[in-house]
Amino acid sequence: MSDHAHAIEHHETSTGLDSRKLAIWTFIGSECLFFATLISNYLVHKETWLTGPGPFPHQEWVSPAGQHFEPIIEIPLVTLGTALLLFSSLFVVLALANAQRGNRKGLLLWLGMTIMCGLFFVGMQVYEFTHFVHKGLTLKTNLYGASFFTLTGFHGTHVTLGVIWLITLWIEAFRGKIPPAKSLNLEIAALYWHFVDVVWIVIFPVVYLIT
Amino acid sequence: MDAHAPETAAAHEPGHPSTGMYVKIGVILFVLTALEVGLYEFTYGGHASTGGAALQPFFVPLLLLLSAGKFALVAMFYMHLKQDHRLFSGVFVFPLIIATVIILALIVLEAYHFAFARSG
Repeated sequence: MSDHAHAIEHHETSTGLDSRKLAIWTFIGSECLFFATLISNYLVHKETWLTGPGPFPHQEWVSPAGQHFEPIIEIPLVTLGTALLLFSSLFVVLALANAQRGNRKGLLLWLGMTIMCGLFFVGMQVYEFTHFVHKGLTLKTNLYGASFFTLTGFHGTHVTLGVIWLITLWIEAFRGKIPPAKSLNLEIAALYWHFVDVVWIVIFPVVYLIT
Repeated sequence: MDAHAPETAAAHEPGHPSTGMYVKIGVILFVLTALEVGLYEFTYGGHASTGGAALQPFFVPLLLLLSAGKFALVAMFYMHLKQDHRLFSGVFVFPLIIATVIILALIVLEAYHFAFARSG
């Protein structure tokens, strides 16, 4: 086989690195800019409100119009979701380590745990959004609501897509189609999953803890 | 994917941290998250005290520091940037710097706008 054909066969670039891995890192780099704009948008608008809950979602608040609003953010629930998302990052690297060693049982176990954590996180966000809407904060209530739902909603969408991606890999692994030689497929998905985690590492203190 | 892509995947394994290291990082991440929430609880939350009030000027810098620590740990060890080719770090860190500048620039611009609007 010629060098060129060998490079194509192994997805190598002129740097000798795998093109798919370079592509996911480039995508992650672009996603940094995407979330930077959403976080900036939130920080600029979080204290802009005319009606409804906010900008004090952590405590009781009376609007200039005399409306009384209860605190809407539930720190314990979001902390649990955050912890599970962090643990899911641990679980997915353990799944990857097992995939690279050819331990199919370990791969299925840890990848399954990762998926469960991701599903819990998505469920937590669905509950939180529903709770907020019942408390009077919607996408249209004020700029705080619009920027909050846009930022956390886009993150939740990324988590959902990540869960779907991991489920497809779990099915592949169950069918025995992820041998050690193909563990890079899981590594690429894991990189995306870690990125979703690091974005939440920024969002959690900025949105939920900084009052 | 083809059935002949073996060496590429295997080549990434050797430099990666051990399972024990992954677990240690996981524990550190959990502790840092607990510190973040504890800091909030004792400064502004339900367990706020006089001592907590003294921490208020340092609250945001401390939270950002803890958050940056967690971010770096995940990126270096779980995303393998510490062991992988430096080009991957460059592709990630360069946009990250631009992203940070965007956030800071917009905050400064907004602060200037409010100051200008109030004085004007």
